Parts: sequence; structure tokens; C-alpha cells
Amino acid sequence: MGNGTSIGRVRGLGSSHQGTHHWLLSRLTAVGNLVLIPWLLVSLALLPDHTFATVHSWAAKPVASTALVLILINTIYHARLGIQVMLEDYIHDEGGKVAVWLFINIVPFAAAAFGIVSVIRIALGGA
Amino acid sequence: MAQAPGNRPLSPHLQIWRWGPAMLVSILHRVTGNGLAFAGIGLLLWWIGALAGGPASYQSFLDWVWLGTGGGLQVLTALLGKIVLVGLTWAFFQHLATGVRHLVLDIGAGYELDTNARWSSFTLLFSVAATAFFWAFVLLR
Repeated sequence: MGNGTSIGRVRGLGSSHQGTHHWLLSRLTAVGNLVLIPWLLVSLALLPDHTFATVHSWAAKPVASTALVLILINTIYHARLGIQVMLEDYIHDEGGKVAVWLFINIVPFAAAAFGIVSVIRIALGGA
Repeated sequence: MAQAPGNRPLSPHLQIWRWGPAMLVSILHRVTGNGLAFAGIGLLLWWIGALAGGPASYQSFLDWVWLGTGGGLQVLTALLGKIVLVGLTWAFFQHLATGVRHLVLDIGAGYELDTNARWSSFTLLFSVAATAFFWAFVLLR
């Protein structure tokens, strides 16, 4: 980024002054999901059955637990970015914007925390 | 609102345009993405939370979402659960295909009208075929 001309100072930045960071993270997490979700679908489809014992012992294996934690972080972050863009397109009043800001900064983190704690509990042999 | 002086051209809205595949997959990308975000991640958390809670809570998840063994309301929610799960797999494959389309468009390729329409239509074929293949594999093997 240049610091001389006015075009140099704004090039690559939007009105949020964060430039392409949101857009880039959306693409980065998309590529992550492109690998992680087919892995989940194939893994679940290949299980011999879907009883508690089978699914639990599968999810407790280190590779599966790691991938499940990554899925929870990656999908929820990707969803947060997408939902933010959708809501920004449709919510225009100031009160609504505050509600959106609260929603996208609280709910995804609570959701991810719940999911990750669940996977850790499965992996470390609780329940 | 100020009254527009007569006969000004009006901006046409959605119902005016002739629908093409690019318009359809564009809005489907948003619809499937938000469906996956709310219903998909919701179900994912319910499933992983039930699995962490032990055999009883996992059985309860299966009963409500798929088996309907408890009877009554569970029969209804289990039917709904099957529709939602098949719908979510379709939504995932559609979002995946249109997402890859976006990655291609991001590098500046595929904007020619016929190319754009062809690949847009292809995402629709892909999502239906992949959903059919996935569920055939799960249910018939």
C-alpha cells in the first residue's frame, strides 16, 4: 500500500478499512470445508452401522476428533462470514445493525465452544 | 417520497428479467449457505452434543431425527428429519459446486455468457446427482 497519492492510500481497502480480509477468509475457510466435509460424509457413510458404540469409538480416535474440531472451527467461521454478508444486505435500520453485530459476535463462538467441548469429552473418554 | 415526474424509466426488479441459470445458482448459493449455517450446524451440534452425552442422549437424537421409535410427535419429527437431512446434503453439494464456481469466477475466468450459463447448469446437475449417489450408497449398501 502506498502512502503518497490518495488512490495509493485507499487501493485495496473498502469502506470498512479492512480491505479484502473478510473476503479472503471466506475463500480460505471454503477450501477447508471442501476437504473437511467430504471427509465427514465419506467417514460416516463407511461406518458399518450408526449405533452409539460404533459412532462414539470412531469419533474418539485422534484423527477423527482432530478433524471434527477443525470442522467445528472452520464451518462455523465460514457460516459466520456468510451470515454477516447476508444480514448486511437485508438489515438496514440502526437497531437491526446492532442486533446483527451482537448475533454474529456471540452465537458462532458459543456454538463452536459447545461443539469443541463435546468432541474433547468424546475423545478423552467422558460419558 | 417525492413524486417522480411522469414517464421516468423505472428500475426493473426480479420478476421483470427472464430467469437464467446464473441468476438461479447465485441466489441458491445464498439460500443453501444460510440453510446449511442454521439447520446444518444446528443439527451438527445436536449430534455431537448427543454423542458426548452418552448412549441415552444419542438414542434420543436418533429417535427424534431419524427413527421415530418413541411414537407420537417423534414419528412426525423423524419424517421431517429425513427430509431435512436429504435436503442438507443437496444444499451442501449445491453450495460446494457454486462455491467452486465462485472460486473460478474469482480468478477472472468463466464470464462468457454461454460458458457461465453452462457451468451454472452443471452445478444443478452435480448437486442432484451427488445427493442421489450419497443416499443410494448409505441406504442400499
